[in-house]
Amino acid sequence: MTSVLQAQALGKRYGKRWALSDCTIDIPAGHVVGLVGPNGAGKTTLLKLAGGQLQPTTGDITVLGERPGSTPAQLARVGFVAQDTPLYAALTVAEHLRLGARLNPRWDAALARERSGHLGLDPSHRAGKLSGGQRAQLALTLGLAKRPELLIMDEPVASLDPLARREFLQGLTEATADHKLSVVLSSHLVSDLEKVCDYLIVLVDSRVRVAGEVDRLLATHHRLTGARHAFDRFPSDQRVISVSHTDRQSTVVIRTDPPIHDPAWTVSRLSLEDLVLAYMDKSTENRRAPLEVQQ
Amino acid sequence: MIWLTWRQFRGSAVMTAAVLLVLTVVLALTGPDLASRYTAGLAGCTPDDTCDQFFDRFFDEHQLPFVAVSFVVLALPALVGLFWGAPLITRELEAGTHLLVWNQSVTRGRWLAVKLGLIGLAAMTAACVCGLAVTWWSDPLDKSAVPDLALMAPLVFGARGIAPMGYAAFAFVLGVTVGILVRRTLPAMAITLVVFAAVQFAMPQLVRPHLMPPVTATFELSQVNMGGIRVEGQGGPVRISTRLAVPGHAGSWVLSSDLLDSSGRRIAGGGEEAPVPVSVTSGPCSPQEAGPHGLDACWLEINSLGYRQHATYQPLERFWAFQWIETGIYALLTLGLTWFSFWWLRRRLS
Repeated sequence: MTSVLQAQALGKRYGKRWALSDCTIDIPAGHVVGLVGPNGAGKTTLLKLAGGQLQPTTGDITVLGERPGSTPAQLARVGFVAQDTPLYAALTVAEHLRLGARLNPRWDAALARERSGHLGLDPSHRAGKLSGGQRAQLALTLGLAKRPELLIMDEPVASLDPLARREFLQGLTEATADHKLSVVLSSHLVSDLEKVCDYLIVLVDSRVRVAGEVDRLLATHHRLTGARHAFDRFPSDQRVISVSHTDRQSTVVIRTDPPIHDPAWTVSRLSLEDLVLAYMDKSTENRRAPLEVQQ
Repeated sequence: MIWLTWRQFRGSAVMTAAVLLVLTVVLALTGPDLASRYTAGLAGCTPDDTCDQFFDRFFDEHQLPFVAVSFVVLALPALVGLFWGAPLITRELEAGTHLLVWNQSVTRGRWLAVKLGLIGLAAMTAACVCGLAVTWWSDPLDKSAVPDLALMAPLVFGARGIAPMGYAAFAFVLGVTVGILVRRTLPAMAITLVVFAAVQFAMPQLVRPHLMPPVTATFELSQVNMGGIRVEGQGGPVRISTRLAVPGHAGSWVLSSDLLDSSGRRIAGGGEEAPVPVSVTSGPCSPQEAGPHGLDACWLEINSLGYRQHATYQPLERFWAFQWIETGIYALLTLGLTWFSFWWLRRRLS
C-alpha cells in the first residue's frame, strides 16, 4: 500500500508550546481520509505541515514521497484548502480562477469554469461578498482545478450552515469519484466525515489512537452491555477501548475480530460517532498505544 | 505571480502615479518661467553688484513652493515604507490569504521575490522621477538659497538628486521586513515610521559628514562668514561671532566654524562670541563709519588684528559624489534587509 502522507516523530513548537509532538502517522493513498480529534489535538498543525505551510521543529514528514512545499513541482501535486477557506476579499471569482490558472501548471480551466458555473458563482462577484458556503465552494474549486494528486482540507465545513455543508460534501464526493484523487480532511464533527470518508484516523494529543477503513472499523468494534459483575471475568485477550459503569451495569467498547459468544454480554453495533468518542475518552488514557486495523 | 502582484498593487500604483503626474506637470509648467525670471534677475543685478539682495528677494518670493516640493520628496519614501512596505505581507497574514497563495504551485521565495521586485521597482521609479523633477525645477532657488537651505544642507540634500530613490527602496524593504517580523499591520507601520525616521535623522548627523574627508581651511573675516558684532553694555568689550558659511565657496555644507586669534588659538566655536579689541566709538567699526557696504571696513580692521575663521566644510562640488555614495549606502542596507526577509520567511515565518 502506497502512502500519501508519512510522518515520523513529527513535532512543531510555537515558542514553548508544542502544538504537535511525536506524531507518527501513515496515510494510505486512494482514500478519502477523515482526520478527527478534539480541538487542540494537532490536526491543523499536522495538515499545515503536510501542506508545507509550516516547517517541522522535530521529525520528518513526506507527502507523496517528497518534502512538502520544497519545489513548485511538489506544490503542484498537493492541493490545500486552509481553515476558514481564505480568499482575497477584493478579487472577483473570475480573478481567483485566473490566479489559479496563472500559478498552477496543471490548471484545469474547463473544470474550474464548469464547476463555478454549476455552483452558480457569478464571475464578477467579489470574494468578500460571497456567502460562507460559496467561499468554501470557490476554495474547493481552486483546490480541485489545480489537479492535485492529494487534496488536503482543514475543517472545510466548520463554518457552514447544514445545507451548505451537505452541498459542499456532496461536491467533494463527486469530485473525488471523477478525478481519482486522495483526500485528507479534518473535522471535529464525525457526522460530516461519515458521509464522505472511507478511512478514518483519530488523533488525540498528537497521537494516532486508531486508523483504518471505516467499514472495517465498524465491523470490528462492538459495544457490550452486561451486569456489573460480568466485567470482573472479562477475557484478558480482548482489546478494551472504553469502559463505563453504572451501579448495576457495565458498558464496554472493544475491538475484536472473533465474535463474542459470552451470554453474559449483550452485543450491539457502534455508530462511527460512538466509536470515535470511545477513542477520545480520557478515562482510557492508559490504553493509548496506537491501534492499526489491518486489512 | 506577476499578474497577481500587479492585481493587488494596481490601486495604489495608479493613485500614486496620478499624484506624481500632477506634480510633474505643475513643475514642468512653472519651471521654465522660474528659470527665466532667475536669469533675468541675475542679468539685472550683476552690473551694480546687488545680486545678494536679488537672491534674498527671489528666494523669499518662492519659499513656500520650495519648502512644499522639498517636503514631498522627503515624505515620499516614508509613505512608501508605511503604505506599500509594511502592509505587503501583514495584510496577507491577517486575512490568512498567505495560506491560499503559498499552496499554488509557486514557492514562497518566488512569491516574495516578485512582490519585492515589482513594488520595490515602482517605489524607486516614483522616488527617482519625483526627486529629479524637483531637482530640475528648484535649481534657480537652490542657487539663491540662504546657506541653511543650500543644496548641501542636510534637509535639502535628501530632497534632491537620486538619493530619494535609495531612501524609497530602503523604506519599502524596511516596511516589508518589519511586517514579516511583527506580523500585524498597524504596529508594523508604526515601527517602520520610527525606524525610518531615526535612520534619516542619523544619516546627516553621523554618517554623511564623513563620506569624504571634509576640507579644512582658514578664511579672512567678511560679512559672508561673520555672524555679528555686539557691544556688551555701554562701552563694554566688543564681541564677534562666526556663522556656518565660508567665503568663496557658496553652497558649501559647513560642518564647523571656529574663530582664531592672531596666534592661531581657537577662541570661539560656531555661534559662540569672543571679545576683540576694537573700538566702536571711533574708527572703522563705529556706527558713523558704516557705509553702503555695511561693516566691511570693520571686518578689514579685525582681519588686520590677525583674527581668522577656521572652518571644515563639504564643498558644493561634491554634491553628486555624495548623492551616489549615499544612494549606494542605502542600496546596501536594502540588500541586507532583503536577504534577511528571505531568510526569515524560509526559516521562521511558519
